[in-house]
Amino acid sequence: MGSTLAGWLQAIALVGALALCYRPLGDYIAKLLTSAKHLRVERGIYKVIGVDGDADQRWPVYLRSVLAFSAVSVLFLYALIRLQTFLLLNLGVPQMEGHQAWNTAISFVTNTNWQSYSGESAMGHLVQMMGLAVQNFVSAAVGIAVVAALIRGFTRNRTDRVGNFWVDLTRISLRLLLPLSIIFALVLAATGVVQNFHGFTEVTSLTNEVQKIPGGPVASQEVIKLLGTNGGGFYNANSAHPFENPTGFSNLIEIFLLLVIAFALPRTFGRMVGDNRQGYAIVAVMGLFWIASAALLTFAESQHHGTALQAAGAAMEGKEQRFGIAASGLFAASTTLTSTGAVNSFHDSFTPFGGGLTIFNMMLGEIAPGGTGSGLYGMLVLAIVAVFVAGLMVGRTPEYLGKKLGGREMKFASLYILTTPTIVLVGTGVAMALPGERAGMLNSGAHGFSEVLYAFTSAANNNGSAFGGITVNTDWYDTALGLAMVFGRFLPIVFVMALAGSLAQQQPVPATPGTLPTHKPLFVGLLSGVILIVVGLTYFPALALGPIAEGLS
Amino acid sequence: MSKPLPTTVRTHFTALRMLLVLTVILGIAYPLLVTGVSQVAFSDKANGSIVKSDGKAIGSSLLGQNYNLPKKAPSDSTTGADPKEDPVPDPKWFQPRPSAAGTGYDGSSSGASNLGPNSDDLLKLVNDRRAAAAQLDGVDPASVPADALTASGSGLDPHISVAYAKEQINRVAKERNLPVDTVAKLVDKYTEGRSLGFLGQEGVNVVLLNKALAQEK
Repeated sequence: MGSTLAGWLQAIALVGALALCYRPLGDYIAKLLTSAKHLRVERGIYKVIGVDGDADQRWPVYLRSVLAFSAVSVLFLYALIRLQTFLLLNLGVPQMEGHQAWNTAISFVTNTNWQSYSGESAMGHLVQMMGLAVQNFVSAAVGIAVVAALIRGFTRNRTDRVGNFWVDLTRISLRLLLPLSIIFALVLAATGVVQNFHGFTEVTSLTNEVQKIPGGPVASQEVIKLLGTNGGGFYNANSAHPFENPTGFSNLIEIFLLLVIAFALPRTFGRMVGDNRQGYAIVAVMGLFWIASAALLTFAESQHHGTALQAAGAAMEGKEQRFGIAASGLFAASTTLTSTGAVNSFHDSFTPFGGGLTIFNMMLGEIAPGGTGSGLYGMLVLAIVAVFVAGLMVGRTPEYLGKKLGGREMKFASLYILTTPTIVLVGTGVAMALPGERAGMLNSGAHGFSEVLYAFTSAANNNGSAFGGITVNTDWYDTALGLAMVFGRFLPIVFVMALAGSLAQQQPVPATPGTLPTHKPLFVGLLSGVILIVVGLTYFPALALGPIAEGLS
Repeated sequence: MSKPLPTTVRTHFTALRMLLVLTVILGIAYPLLVTGVSQVAFSDKANGSIVKSDGKAIGSSLLGQNYNLPKKAPSDSTTGADPKEDPVPDPKWFQPRPSAAGTGYDGSSSGASNLGPNSDDLLKLVNDRRAAAAQLDGVDPASVPADALTASGSGLDPHISVAYAKEQINRVAKERNLPVDTVAKLVDKYTEGRSLGFLGQEGVNVVLLNKALAQEK
């Protein structure tokens, strides 16, 4: 079988698997977010933490709970990392510096999983499983909880209640993420992903060289790293490491895991607003961008432009033989269009256009399909903007799903859209203006600029992947990128929650013949256009200085 | 009677209790459960797919290794081999891809070169590797395949392309005084196709191939 045919077949298999999960998984999530029944273990948890599981919160209270949980998580993880030299299973790693521990704690709590450390040499098993992996679960659950509150803003009328964060968090963690993780952790372990508590095992090779074989509870962490669109590798090489991703089959499972929840959530949305067609329209936009990006990226890599890659004859630098171009391109497009940031090949060595696309994917705001929860709330904010634009064209007050989009709603939507580009462009600009920070680039010229642009784009969008050549374990980068992650995660959440509150308070307006139908192909096209224009115009100058300049030179 | 705590403080205590409960379930019980089941059901794989020769662990079938000549100690040295000395590939073995993990296939330091597509450093490395591989295997430099010229993402890639394995057959057979046919059959045997026939890419597992080679008399 030819590589091209095999590449298409793996994409078709993936689309098929995601399509099969769309309805059952989306319906299941809708049910767990709307059911009035608590499991016995959940009632026990509510008792322990002292909350009333049946009492819904007003949006400011819901938001405060999200922020308090995240703040406590950062402190707890920071303490765990700094104290790991005194803990069990620390494998004798040295104590991590304060700035790096701060960066790492924020990175995992914000669902970014930017790693300025290298897993093998900086993290013991206990911190990985009790700190990092736990945040992989709960940061994903926070994203879904926030989008649940936003959807309730559409479905509820004349109320100030948008749900109960503690209930949402508990149910998403225990009823959705945990069961899927157990199943797929065992699937991955069956393909060869390691799951043990060993430190390094020294072996002597046939040529009498000593090799250190790493260990660790990897399968259990690998699965939630992908399912929760986190992306932080157990080892430095992330999903390129054979112990994290040993075969072509495990690779497809991993891509499936990082997409499955984000692609099923539009169904949850359609289900909860009582019109499944609304979900189909949203998932169509997500799917269009994802397929186009994966195809373009794989094509760019198969052309291997660039002097060094031309000399080698194929873009295999930073790619694994067992995956090849097609499985690497599909992974790269999927990981940067979600907020995952796991990598099975190294983007810094991609062709100029292939690498540029990975940056562009993140700049889209990670909405196609995006991170768990965060992808859908980002897409719904853009849908609101698209409806507003359409309203301006015909000169009537726009409404979406029966809710009027007035000044207040548009203010929050606009603030949401402006936040990330501001962080990315200001951060990159400042880094490029400082000589010491410029020196962090591994490659020179336009490609070096792309490394810095990638870093801030990745941090502000909570992706976590990198053009890995850049040296970021410095006071400045750890601090600046840490701030980019915090603001890039929580400012949008604040605006989304305010939007949810504002929508929930409204009295719905009945649909009239003049109402823009938001489930038709026309709307799919309009929304896609708005996404491209909003993002394209914002980032085009920066992209022109980096990947485009490199690709055309 | 003491005053109740302000709401903000209470919310943070609720958050802390929630985090601790979830840490016990997701951070302790869950990985222990997965470890327990994996150790029983797939103990070989869960422990790193270790490859043994004469009962002694020599590596993992998933992690590539160096196959270099022993480093020579300089005659005036009292400390043994010079660690900075460039490794020289041992022609008796199938050679893996170049590696950016530490000094090559370092299991404690996985990673890629991260050199860009237009990097002059990478261009030089590729050209040098092409010349060296062609000379070692006695082939036309233009025929050396890309995987032999580029470092993998993990630096621990256990596979090489079938083309690169075939390029090395004659040299290995000659060095070991084995019939070319015998070596070619081993290469076929350790060629791993795409998973399920269409996932990923075909490759030859160098660790398993070299182990089998060592057992050929």
